[in-house]
Amino acid sequence: MSQPAALRSRAEATAAGVPALLAAAEHLAGTVLLGEHGRRRAGLGDDFWQYRPVRPGDETRLIDWRRSARGDETFLREREWQIAQSVTVWLDGAASMRFASSDKLTTKADRAQLLALAVSILLVRGGERVGLAGTGLPPRRGEAQVLRLAEAFLREGEADYGVPETRAMLPHARALFISDFMGDFAAVEAALHKAADRGVRGILLQILDPAEEAFPFTGRTLFQSVGGSLSHETLKARDLKARYLERLAERKDALEALARLTGWRYSAHHTGESAQAALLWLWHAFDGAR
Amino acid sequence: MLTLGPLGFLAPGLLLALIALPVLWILLRAVPPAPMRRLFPGVALLLGLEDEDTVTDRTPWWLLLLRMLAVAAVIVGLAGPVLNPETQSGRSGPLLIASDASWAGAPQAAQRRERVRDLVLEAGRAGRPVALLRLSAPEPVQFQAADAVLPRVPGMIPEPWSVESAQVDAALEALDELDAHETIWLSDGRAYAGQDALRAAFQSAGALRVIETGAPVHGLLPARFEDGALVLRARRSLARGGEEAPVAAFGRDPAGIERVLAEGVLTFEDGATEAELTLALPAELRARLTRFELMGGRSAGRVALADDSLQRREVALIAGRENREGLELLAPLHYLRQALEPSAELLDGALLDILPANPDVIVLADVATLAPAEADAVAEWVEAGGLLLRFAGPRLAASELSREVEDPLMPVRLRAGGRTVGGAMSWGAPKALAPFPDESPFFGLTIPEDVTVSSQVMAQPDPTLAERVIAQLTDGTPLVTAKPLGQGRVVLFHVTANAEWSNLPLSGLFVEMLERLSVSARASRPTAEDLAGTVWKPVQVLDGAGRLLDAGTMPGIDGAALVEDPLGPALPPGLYEGAERRIALNVMREDTALAPAVWPADVPVEGLDVAQEQPLKGWLLALAMALLGADAVASLALSGRLPGRRLSAGLAVFAALSFPVEGRAQEAGASASDDFAIAATSEVVLAHVLTGDAAVDRTAEAGLFGLSQTLFFRTSIEPAAPMGVDLERDELAFFPFLYWPVTADQPLPSDLAYARLNAYLRTGGMILFDTRDADVAGYGGASPEARRLQQIAAPLDLPPLEPLPEDHVLTRAFYLLQDFPGRHNGRAVWVEAAPPDAEQIEGMPFRNLNDNVTPVVIGGNDWAAAWAMDERGTPLYPVGRGYAGERQREIALRFGVNLVMHVLTGNYKSDQVHVPALLDRLGQ
Repeated sequence: MSQPAALRSRAEATAAGVPALLAAAEHLAGTVLLGEHGRRRAGLGDDFWQYRPVRPGDETRLIDWRRSARGDETFLREREWQIAQSVTVWLDGAASMRFASSDKLTTKADRAQLLALAVSILLVRGGERVGLAGTGLPPRRGEAQVLRLAEAFLREGEADYGVPETRAMLPHARALFISDFMGDFAAVEAALHKAADRGVRGILLQILDPAEEAFPFTGRTLFQSVGGSLSHETLKARDLKARYLERLAERKDALEALARLTGWRYSAHHTGESAQAALLWLWHAFDGAR
Repeated sequence: MLTLGPLGFLAPGLLLALIALPVLWILLRAVPPAPMRRLFPGVALLLGLEDEDTVTDRTPWWLLLLRMLAVAAVIVGLAGPVLNPETQSGRSGPLLIASDASWAGAPQAAQRRERVRDLVLEAGRAGRPVALLRLSAPEPVQFQAADAVLPRVPGMIPEPWSVESAQVDAALEALDELDAHETIWLSDGRAYAGQDALRAAFQSAGALRVIETGAPVHGLLPARFEDGALVLRARRSLARGGEEAPVAAFGRDPAGIERVLAEGVLTFEDGATEAELTLALPAELRARLTRFELMGGRSAGRVALADDSLQRREVALIAGRENREGLELLAPLHYLRQALEPSAELLDGALLDILPANPDVIVLADVATLAPAEADAVAEWVEAGGLLLRFAGPRLAASELSREVEDPLMPVRLRAGGRTVGGAMSWGAPKALAPFPDESPFFGLTIPEDVTVSSQVMAQPDPTLAERVIAQLTDGTPLVTAKPLGQGRVVLFHVTANAEWSNLPLSGLFVEMLERLSVSARASRPTAEDLAGTVWKPVQVLDGAGRLLDAGTMPGIDGAALVEDPLGPALPPGLYEGAERRIALNVMREDTALAPAVWPADVPVEGLDVAQEQPLKGWLLALAMALLGADAVASLALSGRLPGRRLSAGLAVFAALSFPVEGRAQEAGASASDDFAIAATSEVVLAHVLTGDAAVDRTAEAGLFGLSQTLFFRTSIEPAAPMGVDLERDELAFFPFLYWPVTADQPLPSDLAYARLNAYLRTGGMILFDTRDADVAGYGGASPEARRLQQIAAPLDLPPLEPLPEDHVLTRAFYLLQDFPGRHNGRAVWVEAAPPDAEQIEGMPFRNLNDNVTPVVIGGNDWAAAWAMDERGTPLYPVGRGYAGERQREIALRFGVNLVMHVLTGNYKSDQVHVPALLDRLGQ
């Protein structure tokens, strides 16, 4: 509060990105909703689903008298199945996400924010409650929550590598962890085990830059992490390629195994690919998990 | 100096440094490149990975090669390489530069001079004394320092004659006195007598080198007149290959201006040294010819001057009896006139009046008696070279002329009375002509079968008769007789010049016979005896390059010398004028041979074009610099410090610096105007006039953008992005509507722009003038903008104006409006006034110009500022205050919509007024 002007300008700069992110996310989400994923099942909800003849055992108060008055048979109005689920999103805002290997690619953070917000929009529209992992933003429903989520996603962390947030996780909720998972693997393992203990199932989405997959480096190179905390110098970067790729594959395998073990789902997404494909996969993964 | 083929090195020792290159290669390979710093989140996975091989990546071989090349270029460049080094410069001793300098080498004279200059400069560098000798105009030879000789090099011009024996003698004499020296002989490539003697003299004095171009020498022979056509012949020195040589005939046009009168192509067959061209020219044209020129290089030998032999003749026609009125065809001179008119100047008048004009030919048709004074004068004239052409006739037949004694002005004696054959009162048939004998000037003419003679005068058989007959009838009686008299001739046709006695004057043969007589009236070439004792004055002379120069005060030439002497300084080729005629002296004569010069094997012969010595040091060092620059760029690229975009930009800058790009403004302009037209016409485009004031232009563009957006959202008009129009350059016809913000300091359009603006207004365009000062109400020039508007609009073709009336269609084209505010809310907006007799139909005056579209709307409300929007539709300028302001902006936009609607729909909207009446009439 000591520098209200600076705070305000930062806030405005952050807010300036929100409409764009929202628009992009809604645009992306709009491509998914078309004709898919209506929950065509009878259940508790607000929307009309179908009329069906009254069967023995139905409560009399459920009879739709207006419909029944049109004929001899007595009908019952069924509502569409509606269940609100809580989804907790953890988006890695660490420095390592703010990396793009070329000007033509978006940073990993951008892609992660876009996907997280798009899937949040889809979930909110589906009537679910979406919130942030941790205590910052508990799951709520409604369009206003999307705005709050967008704001929250744009926050940047200081750390070089992110650690999954598992505090205040609602039991039996759903979770979405988006990160590059380049940091400490033990933390991820611990977080997932903790989540599994609470009956939380969810999705691990690893976002990688194409350069991280390809390791297209040669010659004498000094590699530095984005935050600058880690560095590694080599005389022949090309010789490292095979071993690096091996380690990356190990990391992916470990993530996949961990996900299988805890009943989560895992996928890797590259910023060079279309965001839509990733969103579709995310949506299906949620749908299947539900 | 070390020479390798065409390369020489001034400091070959430096080349040893090239040995160091492999060492450098190994050194460069050993030094690792600096590490690249890369941000890489995956570094977490790299931690702990050790390099298997401690040797770093080597510099790429191509980069090494680039550096090697740069270093090699520096070394070689510093070694002082020279292309085509002058190796002969080691010689010493005096140098004589001799040049033929005749007309034959004139086409390459400039190159030859350049070569002489190089030779002199080179000798100067070597410290050798030099002398110049022109063999066509030899002067005593004096060896001097090159500096002293250099100013005389431009004097090595070709002379219009060749090297004749006189010049050879003079040259040999000049050479006799010289000490030993080296000689460089610039030959013209043409052999001449005395060449061997000169060569021997040169060789005896020292080494001899010959420089010649090897180009063939061409010469044009004087035109001859044969069979009614000009015959042009050209020769060449080399009989190699077929060749086409265009030739042009120059002459004066009727206005006296020299121009090309005829052109032709001389075709040399392969292996032939001579080519011939026949030019059939009308007589008028032929008479005006002054010279012929062989195209494709200038030399005196390629020019053939024409003289009197091709000139138009003056013919005096004199008849023995006057024309009888109305009997034109019986007039004695009618056919002669017809025959001669196209090819000769005809003179009429009394004989004694005509003689001082010195005609070439005098025709006496049936003139029997001449007064003694006349006869004497005519005789004198004939003896001086005139041609007296007489025709017989009734008077001549009846006279006693040349009866007993041969009259000097008659070729033969005549028998009394003549004869008539084939008539009603005589025996026999009309006689035809016999073939012309060999020695006759008519020899070779075809005799039409229907030419007959029914009457003639008869010649007395004299001993001299046989040799004087040049045409006769089939029975052997003479038809045409001629005798020489002095330098002239007297010719008698034994028939009339009209068709009374024969139908010869009706035939084409008559014309041909006259032509033959006229042509042969002069000997084609006078002999030395003819001209002995006469003095000829040069009028125009040729120089070596074949240019005609005024002879100025050159002395006269003796006639005999004119014919016999070879051309030389005293007798340059040109046009010479005598007492009564002009003679052309041409470089080429019948006996002038063009043979290529032949050199013995011991004389080295060089071409004229010697490769110039060219130092390469600068180029190589520049190459090294370029390579090093490329190396720097490549190194940066390799170390990742040069992102792709900057790399390409850098390369572009590099390319721009290295290769200055020639502007292609015109092509670019053409395609730009095409692009402009396509952009302006593929959609409806609102346009504004560029004022030159950037802020005003920006506002205008933003305003039209806002108006376009409004139109797009509210109406079926969907304009594309607005365009700025430069009145001086751009086509206006593409735009239905021009917004013209007026600034006080706007330049006035040019006349051309005004013409375009007027055409635009007349063809249905509309201009909205906006003074932006809200003060045009006075319309009297209250503000600087309004005054400027008056200046701008003065040359425009504007109709009378009136303030926008309440019932104007602009008030109802789309929205119903009575206010037309922009940023200001001035009331007065001026439009074209309704015609004075405009009828009010249901409150609407009928306006019938341009489909009822007013060509101008003038106001000062700064509409563009009210319309202006940015890309998101946010207004750019405040209008009014609060809600009232927003309302004003809305009305301004509505006015814009109405305006564009009005432009695009014309009277359609005003016709809507009549809809109720129409419906009423339809009975609904």
